Amino acid sequence: MKHMLSVEDLDRADIERICDRAASFAEVADREIKKVPALRGRTVLNLFYEASTRTRSSFELAAKRLSADVVNFSASGSSVEKGESLKDTILTLGAHKPDAIVIRTPWAGAAELVSRWTPAAIVNAGDGKHEHPTQALLDVHTLRDRLGALDGLDIWIVGDVLHSRVARSDIMAFQKMGAKVTLAGPPTLIPRGIETMGCEVRYTLDDLGQADVVYALRMQNERMEQSWIPSIREYAAWYQVNGRRLSPKQILMHPGPVNRGVELSAEVVDSPQAVITAQVAAGVVVRMAVLYEVLAHVPSGARAPEGVPA
Amino acid sequence: MAAPLLVFNDSAPKADILIREVHVLDPRTALNGAHDVLVRDGEIAEVGAPGTLTAPDDAEVLEAQGRHLFPAFVDPHVHLRTPGQEHKEDLETGTRSAAAGGFCAVLAMPNTSPTLDSAPLLRSIRDAAARDARIPVGFVPCVTRGMAGTELTEMAELREEGAAGFTDDGKPVVSAGMLRKALQYQRLCGGVIALHEEDPTLSGQGAMHEGDVSAQLGITGIPSISEAVMVARDALIAEYEGGAIHIQHLSARESIAALADAKQRGVRITGEASPHHLCLTDEAVRTLDTRCKMNPPLRTEQDRQALIEGLRSGVVDCIATDHAPHARDEKEVPFEQAPMGTTGLETSFASIYTYLVKPGVLTLDLLVQRLSDGAALFDLPTPRVEPGAPANLTLVDLEREWVVGDGGYESRSANCCFDGRTLSGKVLLTVASGAIAFRARQLEVVR
Repeated sequence: MKHMLSVEDLDRADIERICDRAASFAEVADREIKKVPALRGRTVLNLFYEASTRTRSSFELAAKRLSADVVNFSASGSSVEKGESLKDTILTLGAHKPDAIVIRTPWAGAAELVSRWTPAAIVNAGDGKHEHPTQALLDVHTLRDRLGALDGLDIWIVGDVLHSRVARSDIMAFQKMGAKVTLAGPPTLIPRGIETMGCEVRYTLDDLGQADVVYALRMQNERMEQSWIPSIREYAAWYQVNGRRLSPKQILMHPGPVNRGVELSAEVVDSPQAVITAQVAAGVVVRMAVLYEVLAHVPSGARAPEGVPA
Repeated sequence: MAAPLLVFNDSAPKADILIREVHVLDPRTALNGAHDVLVRDGEIAEVGAPGTLTAPDDAEVLEAQGRHLFPAFVDPHVHLRTPGQEHKEDLETGTRSAAAGGFCAVLAMPNTSPTLDSAPLLRSIRDAAARDARIPVGFVPCVTRGMAGTELTEMAELREEGAAGFTDDGKPVVSAGMLRKALQYQRLCGGVIALHEEDPTLSGQGAMHEGDVSAQLGITGIPSISEAVMVARDALIAEYEGGAIHIQHLSARESIAALADAKQRGVRITGEASPHHLCLTDEAVRTLDTRCKMNPPLRTEQDRQALIEGLRSGVVDCIATDHAPHARDEKEVPFEQAPMGTTGLETSFASIYTYLVKPGVLTLDLLVQRLSDGAALFDLPTPRVEPGAPANLTLVDLEREWVVGDGGYESRSANCCFDGRTLSGKVLLTVASGAIAFRARQLEVVR
């Protein structure tokens, strides 16, 4: 696989292969020296146009545990603030000959666009509201780790689907792995036409009991400013996943960071059903597997963009 | 007393040309068959049976068997970007692009920098056009100063100076009260008010049509009702004031329904459709190609079918390209950051011919007619193929296939949504206001 741009590009076998490899990397974290030499001598560049702590540190750790060299580049405080275009930034950073660029931007399709401008492998770490494929992979990995398989699972994704790249990638990944996906949230935050992705839509949590897995999305406080919701208080009253709504046999997931008391109540975050920290741990091994997937099979410096002589 | 609506550099020699055995198609003069057409001193001198006309000594002769000759096209909606945005297009490149697309006249929109909203500016741009424009150009100044939507422009003086109508194109006239005043004032000065219909509170930060594709891509959508509610509203205002309005770049089926309703009620309202809305849908946006980002956005197949039916029935009066050039660096960015607009002058005929006429959806007659029906809506002369008329002619090889963008564009910009597609129907020669404005390199001349 040349790049990791979207879940849409993956089939079930790809997802399983990456998750299996992630499982094999899991024991590295328990070693005294948490490193394998798989990507020694390779350079991974983290290019983040949006604030991120967990995704970025997770990619950084993943690359370092594979013995790659890592350079972090964030848009704030850089030439981007001086008006440099995305293309020029990529061409400039590309001159340092990174083997992979991990990129997060607020714009849909930016990772794919960037892949045309550089010979480096591109890993999409979030492009606008479009996709966040490594999050979906780590979510699948977490569920496989817990339950063995996703086939036949009823998974509910609850909350602000409209603004969520995680939701879009998860819908596709969960379905590819054999699960059924239901979306639930305020009607203002469920995009028109989303049912064409093959999921059901609900506006209440009345039937949440049928879910095997409840995946709560982050509710951003500023969403009330544009009247997406009347108030955080009303949102919590209708959509908070709490001890009253969650039954003990259900698994609870969240992409983080959690707003305690908003989309999740404190008691469910701290309950044994919550796999939220397992998701974070899965983040590192899955990203190791993704970097391995796009880099291990090509010799360093051997990449050339399509149509450009090497 | 008022200035003429169209202006161009007419220093080019008037055409003397005999086009032999060409298939002439002009639905308005009921010509549809092989003829010889003789142009003398820029005027259509004779239309005769094939092989019967002889060329005067000084005339050029074209053997045009198998080719088609149409009345040249008129585009009431283009962006020539002068003044202030000449890195995208200017009067010379824009009119060259129009000539290459078979157009003999175009109307330029006022969302330039500065906006075209005063008589001195209109005079200066018309002076520039008299120097730089290869085909006749008319200008449609703003309805409101700076397109800010709060104060009327000096519409009466602008009309005296040759305003072909008024528009805040690129933006809607958001305030119903402002549009009402403009329509009241129209009683003094005339000039149809052309409207870009969009409710900004519904469009928001939208970058494409709101629907299945936008939901799947996670891109904020522009709902069809953003356009339709304004069409319905403005039709009511026009009806109340008895004013004349023209709806630009219709895209949604609900807007066509509102337009049809208004026409039925007798409202003085007309509408246009663009080649891209007639040929493409939001499926073309799936790859996030910024050339397919325009406002209004490409909509669904049902919307496209409603536009086609509207064009056929006459509810939609004419085809207009909304030719909107943007520089490469402006479009070479992520989809959501890119400016709205596609070029269209060079592909207008060929795209609709390829996607709608060849498969039998629309007739060639209808396409040819709708490509110049915009003229009358803005009081411009309608090109006709008949003796005594000024020569405004387009010679087309319908059989010729070409790849859009291969060999570049006449326009300064390359942001064409049809780029890379193979189209049928190549313009070989354009005569605008009696002078040859465009000649394809492939065109062989007998003498």
